[in-house]
Amino acid sequence: MDANIKVSINRIYWSEYIKEIPRDNYFFFRSCIRQTFFPGAEQMFLNILSKNLNLNYKDDPDLTTCTGIGYHSDIIPLETVHTMVARHFSLMNESGYSNFVISCVTTFGVMTEALNMWHEFPETLEKTIENLYKTTKRTFELPKTIAHASDIIYLYRDEIAKQCIYKLINKKTGQPLKGVDHVGCHYAKIFPQHGVGGAEFPKVLSEMIKSWGGEVIDYPARRHCCGFGFRQYFIKETRGYSLTHSQVKFESMEPYQPDFIITNCPGCNMFMDRWQYVIQETTGKVYSVDGNGIPVLTYEEVAAILLGYDPIEIGLFMHQTDVLPLLEKIGVEFDKDRYLSLRSQCIKK
Amino acid sequence: MIPIEEIYSDPRIKENLNACINCGVCTAICPASDYYDYEPRYVIKILLSKDENELEQLLSSDYIWYCGQCMSCKARCPRENAPGVAISALRYWSQKLGLFVKSKMGRNQIIIKQTIGQNIYDLGYCVHPSKVTREAHPEQGPVWEWIFNNREKAYSLVNVNIDREGPGPVRKISDKVMNEIHSILNGTGAVDFWDQIETSVNEYKNYHKNE
Repeated sequence: MDANIKVSINRIYWSEYIKEIPRDNYFFFRSCIRQTFFPGAEQMFLNILSKNLNLNYKDDPDLTTCTGIGYHSDIIPLETVHTMVARHFSLMNESGYSNFVISCVTTFGVMTEALNMWHEFPETLEKTIENLYKTTKRTFELPKTIAHASDIIYLYRDEIAKQCIYKLINKKTGQPLKGVDHVGCHYAKIFPQHGVGGAEFPKVLSEMIKSWGGEVIDYPARRHCCGFGFRQYFIKETRGYSLTHSQVKFESMEPYQPDFIITNCPGCNMFMDRWQYVIQETTGKVYSVDGNGIPVLTYEEVAAILLGYDPIEIGLFMHQTDVLPLLEKIGVEFDKDRYLSLRSQCIKK
Repeated sequence: MIPIEEIYSDPRIKENLNACINCGVCTAICPASDYYDYEPRYVIKILLSKDENELEQLLSSDYIWYCGQCMSCKARCPRENAPGVAISALRYWSQKLGLFVKSKMGRNQIIIKQTIGQNIYDLGYCVHPSKVTREAHPEQGPVWEWIFNNREKAYSLVNVNIDREGPGPVRKISDKVMNEIHSILNGTGAVDFWDQIETSVNEYKNYHKNE
């Protein structure tokens, strides 16, 4: 009986959430938050595509915000966000591309939601076509595929592993480094079929950790929101909402003493990096035994470190919670004096 | 009187009441329920009741502004409904009908309009490095403060030409593109919506300034 249940569970979950990921020719859509706080991560994604994987992409300067943050903060009407999405699809059509690849998890959620609504309520698609033409004289066709940028790195994780000059292994002890993943809510919670592993069994980041030599730590609050909360964060008086939920996650992962946190959502990455600083400043609590805090990295940053890109060029100095302890555990060889000099300017009060 | 038929014809409400039995799984998983005295189940209960008075009270209250839009509710709902999406629609209608000013949390929409809305209109971004000031965001910490004060140098270290035209992160969006964005924001009702938020909140403040 037990064996039957196990077979059934394996069949129901996970196998239903293997999505189609395009293999080449990407129309790349940037993230407002990632460009602002971790711009090197997006640059590394494109470097890895072109230099390491020999893949083709288009980085179109005429793209703008998707307005998704405004939509989820309730100042952008539905018709507006749909028309903005349609304009981005129109630019993709003009460039001759059909695989839309998105850096931001909020944008990914907004676009998958628009595609779903246009399918379920065709009158909303008709209205969007009308609005786009009325306001810009543009027309558009839907993308053939839509993927998050982490899907692409997931797809090529083993190819990247072959080119890595470092592994997620502690150089001194030879033991795998312990990583916790945090998958952004809008990657798969809205439409599980659009996320590798769905909403309940996220594989997109944990499979990268495994391919690159690390150990995945499952922790109780793994699927809990980072706490962004959109308006909850942007309005100062409710910002504690955001802090509280990140703290729930830190408390949950602390007993496992992770060496790093890996994220695929630009906002989550920033919040989990910054809130550790706030908790340390306000309560003295630090979530790692070395007194540093747990380094929080995007998947592009982790891949770029292991592939041997320069930590400064990756933009690791832009993190509040210092990434240096992780670099030292991996044994990355780089200009440490230059990095320390830069960090000392950053943290000088 | 609220336009109840129009509200219920919003696809975000229509598509998220499917076969709901008010089981409360959405409340069990909701991070906002941990933080506030809040239950998405209660919001859906009122929507299911179609009670006009109760719905108007809901649209006038703080209650609809507690949701953090994470959509964890959608992931666990046995009917695949998304109460968080229905709440987006209710927030829209609360503002559209001017009821949001009766709620302190609702009136805070003016802050979102003056920050995120202004960023979209002026720069073509929801968030931009030049707008994340220490005064507004002390939680960003000293590293961000240094980056903010040394933007040209910091972004050049990661090969980014901040605020210049052409491809790349935090590029300047061209005037031609911004004209298209303005046309969309005007032509699809966003600018009128923002004006309504600002006017409603200012009128409320003027009316209550002596209280």
